[in-house]
Amino acid sequence: MLEVLFIGLSLGSILLLVALGLAITYGAMGVINMAHGEMVMVGAYATVLSGLWLGTNIFVAIPLAFIVTALLGLLIERVVVRKLYGRLLDTLLATWGIAILIQQAVRLEFGLSFFGIHVQGLGPGLQNVSVPEVLQGTFRLAGADINRYRAFIIVVTAVLAFVTWFVIYRTIAGTQVRAIIRNPKMAAACGIDVARVNALTFAFGSGLAGVAGVMMSGFKTVFPDMGTPMVVDGFMVVVMGGVGSLLGSLLSAGILGEINGLVAAATNDILARAVVFGVVIAIIVLKPKGLFALRGR
Amino acid sequence: MAVDRRKFLKRGALAGGALITSPWVFSTGARAAGDIKVGVLFSLTGGLSIVEKSLHDATMMAISEINAAGGVKGMQIAAIAEDGASDPKTYNEKASKLVIQDKVPTVFGSYTSASRKAVLPVFEKRNNLYFYPTYYEGFECSKNVVYTGAVPNQQLSNFIPWIIKTLGKKKFFIVGSNYIYPREMAKVSKILIEKNGGEWIADEYLELGHSEWGSMVNKIKNSGCDVVLSNVVGDSVIAFYREYKNQGLPHDKLPICATVTSEIEIAAMGAEYAVGSYTSFPYFQAIDTDRNKAFVDRYRAFVKDPKAVTHHALESSYFQVFLWKQAVEKAAEITPVAIREAVKSQEFDAPNGHVKIEAENLHTYLTPRIAQWLPDGQGKIIDAYKEPVMPLPYVAYGETPTNLFCTSKGLDAVKLKT
Repeated sequence: MLEVLFIGLSLGSILLLVALGLAITYGAMGVINMAHGEMVMVGAYATVLSGLWLGTNIFVAIPLAFIVTALLGLLIERVVVRKLYGRLLDTLLATWGIAILIQQAVRLEFGLSFFGIHVQGLGPGLQNVSVPEVLQGTFRLAGADINRYRAFIIVVTAVLAFVTWFVIYRTIAGTQVRAIIRNPKMAAACGIDVARVNALTFAFGSGLAGVAGVMMSGFKTVFPDMGTPMVVDGFMVVVMGGVGSLLGSLLSAGILGEINGLVAAATNDILARAVVFGVVIAIIVLKPKGLFALRGR
Repeated sequence: MAVDRRKFLKRGALAGGALITSPWVFSTGARAAGDIKVGVLFSLTGGLSIVEKSLHDATMMAISEINAAGGVKGMQIAAIAEDGASDPKTYNEKASKLVIQDKVPTVFGSYTSASRKAVLPVFEKRNNLYFYPTYYEGFECSKNVVYTGAVPNQQLSNFIPWIIKTLGKKKFFIVGSNYIYPREMAKVSKILIEKNGGEWIADEYLELGHSEWGSMVNKIKNSGCDVVLSNVVGDSVIAFYREYKNQGLPHDKLPICATVTSEIEIAAMGAEYAVGSYTSFPYFQAIDTDRNKAFVDRYRAFVKDPKAVTHHALESSYFQVFLWKQAVEKAAEITPVAIREAVKSQEFDAPNGHVKIEAENLHTYLTPRIAQWLPDGQGKIIDAYKEPVMPLPYVAYGETPTNLFCTSKGLDAVKLKT
């Protein structure tokens, strides 16, 4: 039973890992970032490439992927998203286009494959990320075999969730972000540089996706399309938890993960997936604003 | 001089034909330029491009080798490559384009059954010819498709008895991706397991492309099975083997015996996760013959990647072009029907060994092999049939070599029902 609960917890932590960045870009900034999954993918490729070309391991890849994807996010915000604030559906289309661009860039090796040049670690194929020995296999805890890599993901997710909470609720920049969530015009009137804070927020959200990519790379398969299904799960968590609420995302990821784990153990994975979506639909119908909606004043 | 004049006339006629858009009269116009057009239809973009790009490359390599050696009947092969974009609908459109607009007499293509089913109506309606290189679930009998990959009896007929008798494993946990191929494979497996005195204790599926294996592997662990038969497909394979090891399941006591896990997936997951597990395929990169080693070297040079791996569907993509070439040389004229009739019983020495097209059902005789995965990511071939095995696409429904359901007259629907 402990093993089943642990798998549920692990499923929840993976959901949260992807959803954290979205909770910020979608929740805080009102941008439907369809390219979020591609940020996860870029993070995973950062792991592959740093492993191949620098010979570093997955631990080194975490800060590296954060920096790479944060810079990419900053670029996307500056070039495209900035012009689309307040136009929710337009951000959806624009970022969807960006997602396709990023995918193809990786698949075509930034266009080099047209010239017959092959870059090790890019291209349409599956990539291999070697996982350090210490993260393979199991350790025993309270009579159960616990999967090391999954435990590692749970720890990293917990740290990231704490860091995000700290940044948003305990720093001046975070206060500004929260002010902008409530009312961007009023925040600007109070002297907050909305454009700058938004750009940094978007970069931070993208960076979190990059770290999610590093974690996924040692666990799932790295290939150019890997991010697309994740973005759906991410939105599911954010919408159910309540847009703009970090605590909501945390709880909904946990709940959905445990439901998935328990139903899968009792019946099968396909039914579990259906039940998860059923629960999300029920919650959206009963509480249209999600579990923890911000109360406007 | 006379030839030139005829060529000139044909070209003129072709241009005229294009103007009045009459598709029938000038269907051999493709030969006028001194080359022979063929279609090559694989996904170069989208999720399936991972594998299909390699099939495309192998096809192109075979064509360029034939051209370098003088072509077919003195004609160079001109490949018209199209991109199926991992989407069955696109496959159908591109197949129509190749058959109707380019008037090719043959198309080489498809990896998934979904894309083959999508193009099938095009080839059957226009009576054209399609060469399909992938192992698939069987249960198909078309006069317009030549199948050069394995069907279930060529992957399972030696595998299951071998698992039960040689490995001594009797309790099977069958696991697969949730679509037609793994489900048909499971059906054949169950027949063979029961016939050989084993039992299957579970038959479970995970969504295609879904790679969360935590619950399933935990279930395997607690099921009391002593062998796992995997028909898992695509990128999920990697997550499956990783989770398997990460939950502490050992291949030496509870091995995964797979029908789809190939060199590609092993390279992507890291060989340490698969060491000691088994796969059944007619072709492995590790086949220790000079012909195969030379093939691997040529392929690596062709794709400019010294670490590229070869696998079963890739090898079939390669040798089927040579079978086609022999058929064209034998055929009196270059039409799809003439090539189809000529390809029957064609034989070729492929990298995997001797292959032959069965005249009745247009499937291919292949030699089933079982390999155990080594730490270097290569399979060690530990069991192989002495000779190629007859393809039986309806084996799950009782087909035997002496009682064929699919013959050159088509499918015998009465036999299928009884």
